[in-house]
Amino acid sequence: MEKEGRVRIPSGCAVAGIVNLQGEVFGAGDIIQSIACMHDRSNGLGGGFAGYGIYPELKDYYALHLFYQSPLAREQTEAFINQVFTVKDCGPIPIKKNPRITDVPGIWRYFALPDPARLEECSDTEEEYVMKCVMQINRNIPGAFVASGGKNMGAFKAVGYPEDVADFYRLEDYRGYLWMAHGRFPTNTPGWWGGAHPFTLLDWAVVHNGEISSYGANRRYLEMHGYHCGLQTDTEAITYLFDLLIRKHRLPVRVALGILAAPFWDEIEQMEESAKRTWKAIRAVYGSALLNGPFSIIIGSSHGMIAMNDRIKLRPLVAAEEGDYVYVASEESAIRAICPNPERVWAPRGGEPVFGLLKNKEVSIADSPVVARAV
Amino acid sequence: MAISMRTAPYRVHRDPDRCIQCQVCVRQCANGVHRWDDEEAEVVSEDRECVNCHRCVVYCPTGALTISRSPLDYAANANWRKPDIDQIYLQSETGGTLLTGMGNNRPYPVYWDHLLLNASQVTNPSIDPLREPVELKTLLGRKPDSLELKKGTLAEPVPPQLELEVPVMFSAMSFGSISLNAQKALARAAIDLGIYWNCGEGGLHPEMDPYTGRVIVQVASGRFGVNMDYLNAGAAIEIKIGQGAKPGIGGHLPGEKVGPEVSVTRMIPVGSDAISPAPHHDIYSIEDLRQLIYSLKEATEYRKPVGVKIAAVHNVAAIASGSVRAGADYLAIDGFRGGTGAAPLRIRDNVGIPIELALAAVDSRLRAEGIRNQVSLVVAGSIRNSADVVKAIALGADAVYIGTAALISLGCHMCQKCYRGKCNWGIATTDAYLSKRLNPEIGARRAANLIQAWKHEIKEMLGGMGINAIESLRGNRLALRGVNLTSRELDILQVKAAGE
Repeated sequence: MEKEGRVRIPSGCAVAGIVNLQGEVFGAGDIIQSIACMHDRSNGLGGGFAGYGIYPELKDYYALHLFYQSPLAREQTEAFINQVFTVKDCGPIPIKKNPRITDVPGIWRYFALPDPARLEECSDTEEEYVMKCVMQINRNIPGAFVASGGKNMGAFKAVGYPEDVADFYRLEDYRGYLWMAHGRFPTNTPGWWGGAHPFTLLDWAVVHNGEISSYGANRRYLEMHGYHCGLQTDTEAITYLFDLLIRKHRLPVRVALGILAAPFWDEIEQMEESAKRTWKAIRAVYGSALLNGPFSIIIGSSHGMIAMNDRIKLRPLVAAEEGDYVYVASEESAIRAICPNPERVWAPRGGEPVFGLLKNKEVSIADSPVVARAV
Repeated sequence: MAISMRTAPYRVHRDPDRCIQCQVCVRQCANGVHRWDDEEAEVVSEDRECVNCHRCVVYCPTGALTISRSPLDYAANANWRKPDIDQIYLQSETGGTLLTGMGNNRPYPVYWDHLLLNASQVTNPSIDPLREPVELKTLLGRKPDSLELKKGTLAEPVPPQLELEVPVMFSAMSFGSISLNAQKALARAAIDLGIYWNCGEGGLHPEMDPYTGRVIVQVASGRFGVNMDYLNAGAAIEIKIGQGAKPGIGGHLPGEKVGPEVSVTRMIPVGSDAISPAPHHDIYSIEDLRQLIYSLKEATEYRKPVGVKIAAVHNVAAIASGSVRAGADYLAIDGFRGGTGAAPLRIRDNVGIPIELALAAVDSRLRAEGIRNQVSLVVAGSIRNSADVVKAIALGADAVYIGTAALISLGCHMCQKCYRGKCNWGIATTDAYLSKRLNPEIGARRAANLIQAWKHEIKEMLGGMGINAIESLRGNRLALRGVNLTSRELDILQVKAAGE
């Protein structure tokens, strides 16, 4: 059977996310308990977490989390990393043996900055430089896979149930201001660690439950813009779309979300003239970026967390607020398990984003007078 | 004159028990098959003139008539088939180029019939279009790669777009090639449906004024009917470089068809031949095309899309790419099975390539060059039903043009004799007596019914795939699987084989 990436594998899932809007860090215990509550939504073939704010001492360095299938892969990768980065610190990621987590690859992390001379030479921005280096490792070095590469964040994923994955990575030792989790139910998979969620790119981490029926259209659109969809997963495509719309095209987040889960033409018809014109143009120009089919996604970044459903809500997503915390999860039970009586619990409507953006940050990324939907 | 060696291809059977000698058939047949025999005091039929258009069969009040293919054949021969021999007899009688009408009828592969659609099961719910919206709205025209928003509004307006409620349009058919009533029927249907019709290279007859809001006006090599009013009247302008049924050659409307009405519309004298040259005499290269595109844009102040229609030929991908870079806002690609009012038989049957392969090649090429997003692709030749539409969009089209299917909805029976101007159904004729047979109101309803029916079917197929907006199907070749195709063909189509 072919490895994931060579073949496309649909999967169902559980997702959960917690953010502290003040940017205050908290332990991983809550997110583990929340995702563990939804054990039956995954089948042990993939689990993972992403935490933001977990490396405060090295927060200015890109934290590269690497999987190695062989010593040779590590040798080649480290030679490449030393060439293109200046490495501040590195070492194996601490793990704890767990009988249910098997076929463990080499798991290393590197805190690094782009080599100044090389960065100077090329025309890319620092972010693009790092992104290209990460993609080069994933594409060109057999047996090496970058699990995450953002600053002050990291992805911890494996083949297994999420609670076992957390135990394996000793997640209780970390503290972050934003945690996301994923339990995977692939319909078939040879069980590859790289295929587990979250999927990350620079500062973005995405967990996702669903199957995108527009995948073929989205993928070919992304390829036209230079993205290589090597994993053939929906999550990868969603992450790249977000990167394209927000980082490259500099669109406001609300607009980007309105592209992924576009307002219906009937809704656009009811908008006032200027908004109607704008949304018509957005749908005309970005139609290939519309995500069709069922999904609930949580998108994490250093700015905070955004969660959203497809536009006709074909997958579950529940949100809650309590004090400075915003919770989202596939099921309400997963929120009540850690926050029994939130101030507000609601099921967001299809295509209606839930924002959990940090208060101390410039939230320009969410700032746009264009309202995505007639809420 | 010597006796013709050709024998009648069809036989007319008249059931004497049913025939009431009412002579409806005599009046209905413009080919003179049926006539009243005074001596015998009965209607008799001459097989030789019959084109098998079924007009008399449909109109016979007692169902007395049937037509069948003549059982007479030559000695069995897999190489020299009946048409091969008959065509030689005809050419040796006339010394002329063989003419034909409608699209290629030879048994080339129809790739639509080798492509199968996907549907959702378990992991992804299908969508019921009776309960949930499934959107087919399509915008055709040039699009920027990205949008810039200032304070939530567009920093600059998007170029003009055609707005289609269904991704299907009526393809170019001039007044002359079809009757004014046929054009009116399609134009009314287009307006009712929120789609577009195309007036072809024949100008706009004054009676078509009420329908210009949804017309695409064509500028072809003969420039018939082209003036400022004409350009300004259309919702879009289409430069016709080629036609799938006859790539590389021009058009010829014989003087007999140029009556007073056609004369007004085409702006030529009554009775003169209307000859569209093979090339545009101001387009001998791609940079010349750019000049014409921008001349038309300048003339209409960039208020309407300017498209380019080309025939699907071997190098179609490169030609398409060049046309996009030359400024075409949409590209119409016409495959070798596309219809025609008249074309030389050898050209129709032997020149060009199938639209399925051309479309796949063009879409892939434009994507490889990173310019697919800028242009809209409209494909034609031939789209027979809603499944063909869905498959075309999955291969990469934005919309399709239909010509033959639209004419069949008006009553065309595919006898392939459009070039004779004697269409008994009042479609491919300018004869006033015959044209009157087609009531534009009824025709419009029939054409609109067809597209409405397709609309339902397209929604059903989309919903089944778990897709609720047509743009998510566009170029989504994962929605397709191939059966009975070689791996080379699958490569070109970029479609996986069924089971993969």
